[in-house]
Amino acid sequence: MSRWRLVWRRFKRNKSAIFGLVVIAALFIAAFLGPLVSKYSYDYIDANAFLKPPSPKHWFGTSQIGQDVFAQTMRGLQKSLIIGFLVGIISTGLAAIVGATAGYFGGVIERFNLFVISLLLVLPDFLIIAIVSPRIRGQSWLWLVILISLFSWMLTSMVVYNLTLSLKQREFVTAARFMGVRPFTVITRHILPNMASFLIIDTTLTVGGAILLESGLSYFGFGVQPPDISLGTLIAAGTGSALTYVWLFAFAGSILTILVLAVSLVGDGLRDAIDPQSEARAAL
Amino acid sequence: MGWAMAGYLIKRLAMSLLLVFLATSLAYVLASVTMKPRDNYLARNPPVPTSSIDGILNAVNQNDKTPVAKRYVTWINGVLHGNFGKTLTGQSINEEMGRRIGVSLRLLILGSIVGAVFGVLLGVWGALKQYKPSDRIATIFSFVMLATPVFVLATVLKYGAVQFNDVIGFKLIFFTGEVTPGLQTGTWGTLVNRFQHIILPTLAISLGEIALYSRYQRSAMLDVLGSDYLRTAQAKGLTRRQTFYKHGLRTALIPMTVWFAFAFGTLVVGATFTEKIFSWQGMGAWFIDSISAQDINVAAATTLFTAVLILFSTFLADAMRGFLDPRVRGNQ
Repeated sequence: MSRWRLVWRRFKRNKSAIFGLVVIAALFIAAFLGPLVSKYSYDYIDANAFLKPPSPKHWFGTSQIGQDVFAQTMRGLQKSLIIGFLVGIISTGLAAIVGATAGYFGGVIERFNLFVISLLLVLPDFLIIAIVSPRIRGQSWLWLVILISLFSWMLTSMVVYNLTLSLKQREFVTAARFMGVRPFTVITRHILPNMASFLIIDTTLTVGGAILLESGLSYFGFGVQPPDISLGTLIAAGTGSALTYVWLFAFAGSILTILVLAVSLVGDGLRDAIDPQSEARAAL
Repeated sequence: MGWAMAGYLIKRLAMSLLLVFLATSLAYVLASVTMKPRDNYLARNPPVPTSSIDGILNAVNQNDKTPVAKRYVTWINGVLHGNFGKTLTGQSINEEMGRRIGVSLRLLILGSIVGAVFGVLLGVWGALKQYKPSDRIATIFSFVMLATPVFVLATVLKYGAVQFNDVIGFKLIFFTGEVTPGLQTGTWGTLVNRFQHIILPTLAISLGEIALYSRYQRSAMLDVLGSDYLRTAQAKGLTRRQTFYKHGLRTALIPMTVWFAFAFGTLVVGATFTEKIFSWQGMGAWFIDSISAQDINVAAATTLFTAVLILFSTFLADAMRGFLDPRVRGNQ
């Protein structure tokens, strides 16, 4: 475990990464404990307060129909957080499987996987998901998680593929193969653990991307569907009145930006801590 | 560039065309399976008879009673002959596309030039001023911009423009459409008016690009600045400025070509949001509308446009790399 202790020590020295971590923790706490503190539920309609600016009673103000904007924003934040982290894990897992099998087996599997990757890279993920979105209208938001995961693993997969190609040449992998270890076991026991650092960093970066993608889709009504709320649907609802009733837009908009910023700071700090010699260290 | 490079580019072009064909086919089939154009007519009051719905849908090749494979063959046959079919309302997609492609290209070309040029400049500047306050500010700016979704940024810009116009007392910056309708101020006046309209959308799509490019350019530049060959170049008598432009910047631009292709994809999606928010009638806005209207042919045509653009940008990136990096020309 001493390696991870070293990583943690390096991570702790990075002020912006710690800042990011604290912000993410604070947003998690606010999203899941905030609604318990607040007097209003996200679907409660206060008939005495339409379009009221922020006040001690309604911390983030109220909407056109008297909903408490704070409760709604926290509800949306919950969705965005859950979707972001689920997609990060699923998409990186998918990338690991596709990339590692392509690199390890070679031949037809390699060519097929690489072809699928380059085909999916031609179309931006946003477009494909938007096209499929009418199908998930009225379905559970978990379908959205699956959709986003299905179309956001390709770039990671290319890196996993290249890493696998070089790991395959290493003695411990050839040794395992000649001992008759099954390919699946070689991949999960010997190849993937040796790129754990990359996979961890990438999961973090994917979380940020997934949150942005989800909110963008939801903004146009292609993502999270009512009655569910995400930060994207809230921002979409507030944009029309952003110039006059600022609070309808500003809170959700800035929380979304702060969340993505914090996630990218943590990802950046992780990269510096796990892989101090990384070439990409100075970038992003 | 030599024959080897030309041959390599031709091979890439052929592969690109194949990928456009397959990706668009995939998009068409996905759209045909998921979208229900029929729904547009079912909710009407008074109800439209099924036979006339079928008639309308058949006329535009979007009837869900026709098997997807058969619709696809009709569609792809048209596309290969340069005919993208008809919208649900029976208009020719080709005509509409002619107008809209111009709108989108104006935004995309200006956005990518502004993004690339200022991103590279900011990155180089940051590398030269490493860890100084100005570099720190540029870094914070980039991180915040990369975390800000285009639709939030666009709204903030709009808000800022309203305040700005209030302060100066007249409407200098516009944020709806491409040009003021019914304007009669001659060519020069129209140009100025168009410029007033394009400022905000361009900022909205290029600020994120500037941030992205500047981060990568800064790191590439730092690698080059610390290299031995730059020291050698100075040792043989070149001035700092000469070594910097001749050996430094050119080398540091090579890895950027890879990011150019990657960043272009995000730019296209960003432009989709921007067109919609600033009411530009471009391909991106049309795509969003087509999903809401469940118009399969329009969704497919706009996707095709995007796929062509993205592959063209990777092609361009390859050509630029070949131009900048002699090793690529030699190897391929």
